[in-house]
Amino acid sequence: MATTLDEATIAREANRRIRRSNNITGWAFAGPSVIIVLGLSFIPMIWAAYLSLTDSNLVSPGHFIGFANYTALAKDPMLRQAFTNTLLLAVMYLPIGLAAGLAVAILLNRKIKLIGFYRTCFLVPFVASTAAEGILFGFIFDPNFGIVNAGLQAVGLPRQGFLQDPSQALAVLAIVYFWTQFGFNIVIYLAALQDIPQEVLEAASIDGAGRWAKFWHVTLPTVRPVTIFLLVWGLIDVFQFFDLVYTTTRGGPLNSTLTLVYYIWELAFNFFTAGYGAAVAYVLFFTSLIAIIAVLAYGRRRRITL
Amino acid sequence: MTGEQTLQAMPEADLTLHRARIAEADRRMHRSGWRRRLPQRGHLVLMPLSIIVVMPFVWMILTSFMTDTEINTIPPPLWPRHLYTGGYSTVLASSDFPYWFLNSLIVSGAAVLAQLILCSLAGYAFARIQFRGSTVMLILVLATALIPIQLTVIPTFVIFHDIGLINTLGALILPQLTSALGIYLMYAFFQSFPRELEEAGRIDGCSRLQVFWKIVLPLAKPALAALGIITFIYAWNDLFWPLIAITSSHTFTVQVGLTTFQGEHITHWSAITAATTLTTVPVLLVFLIGQRRFIQAITGAVKG
Repeated sequence: MATTLDEATIAREANRRIRRSNNITGWAFAGPSVIIVLGLSFIPMIWAAYLSLTDSNLVSPGHFIGFANYTALAKDPMLRQAFTNTLLLAVMYLPIGLAAGLAVAILLNRKIKLIGFYRTCFLVPFVASTAAEGILFGFIFDPNFGIVNAGLQAVGLPRQGFLQDPSQALAVLAIVYFWTQFGFNIVIYLAALQDIPQEVLEAASIDGAGRWAKFWHVTLPTVRPVTIFLLVWGLIDVFQFFDLVYTTTRGGPLNSTLTLVYYIWELAFNFFTAGYGAAVAYVLFFTSLIAIIAVLAYGRRRRITL
Repeated sequence: MTGEQTLQAMPEADLTLHRARIAEADRRMHRSGWRRRLPQRGHLVLMPLSIIVVMPFVWMILTSFMTDTEINTIPPPLWPRHLYTGGYSTVLASSDFPYWFLNSLIVSGAAVLAQLILCSLAGYAFARIQFRGSTVMLILVLATALIPIQLTVIPTFVIFHDIGLINTLGALILPQLTSALGIYLMYAFFQSFPRELEEAGRIDGCSRLQVFWKIVLPLAKPALAALGIITFIYAWNDLFWPLIAITSSHTFTVQVGLTTFQGEHITHWSAITAATTLTTVPVLLVFLIGQRRFIQAITGAVKG
């Protein structure tokens, strides 16, 4: 029999076997994770798109009503309020949160003692449960028994309504939110600052750069990519603002702290208008996506890549 | 000195200019008085700031040992007069708090265990094994990080309701079995992992799974520790999904329980602060023990 296999055929056969065994092991290793992650995100995402075209009440599938939910939400004053509040939170928190994070990181980025202690202190509010923190600050800012009003009274200032005052509640939540998040900003900025080689700063000094010049021309350009990241992260997080609202004001007083996610939760799981809630969720999704893409596009135009 | 040698190679005019610059920089660095002590001046800002930041937690723990009348005095006292434990006994003896705590431990423990296994397997496969569709799958998995939970939560509730998972701990564990972030963390770790060790194992005749189990995993302990810490903190603190998926008190997690407890004991502040203390302590302990790994992981994930 003339079954002389030439070397090329043997090599091809061996290659095919390796590839097949790679496919099998690869999928065996990654398969469970891939199925769970994709199954729990893309399937519900598509389902939500369908739900948003129905009048589902959460437990029954409901009827197909076309784009009625979307035309209704264009005229929904509550949604407009929730949208404005979420945007206000971002505007109040993001610039100050990032600037304060960078400032503290610069203070920490030296041969300073106790750096571990400081870093731990600043990170504790970030890792502790937001629900517990909301409850805690509900008490701290309590108009009658809260320690903040006691302090104001002690120095002769008028007592405030804080979370019970429609004109203050959102700002108070922004302050609490700042407190929970800024440790994260510090740690991320600090890691970026530690990447600046000491020689670069020394070289800048030799070229006659003062403290401000070094900050503007060395430090700021170096942390720009991280700033873009923190902006994107902050936007994603603000658009998910829920725990603090739920444990303090429940959207009140007079809807002054109603955020988008709180509104979606209310629509779907309190008022049982799941179809409409899904439509609002899609609006939230696209808005946050556009905001994120805008930030990334800005970064790319300025040649800042993550 | 080498500095002097390079300087000598330059024309005379440049040399004087250079010397002047170096002298100026030297003067800047050795300026007398407070500027020299500048590094330590940071404490003047950092010390009060860090104390203000942790103050609410210190106050929470102190208040949890005060009686309600003590708490409601104006101005509020800073230190408990006696070590009052009535708040804690209300929480532990006359509420469902022990159930909530146990449920949270089960859910977080299961999440940590499952993610350590599934995320490291998937991360390893994406980093090391060339299989069909691996690039596309990795991109799809990472893209899910952009899908907010509010978008998926309504259909997920409907699906879980239909398969009878709602109001069980399974509804809380299933979505936490693996995560895009965990897969990414392990993927990034294994990419920077030296290949030679695995190849040695392969030559010795080990299967992929044996190489992974006996050679790779033991060396991945730092990454696994970081993943475990992040997963525990996230799972323990989650409020949104348990609030939706669980309706009966005995199945609540500690976060959901806490919010109902607050509603039932609206002005009973020694009990409420006792409950918030018990809720935050496990996470704070895990964080304090593993904070180096935690910080490495979050900063590494950003840079990577």
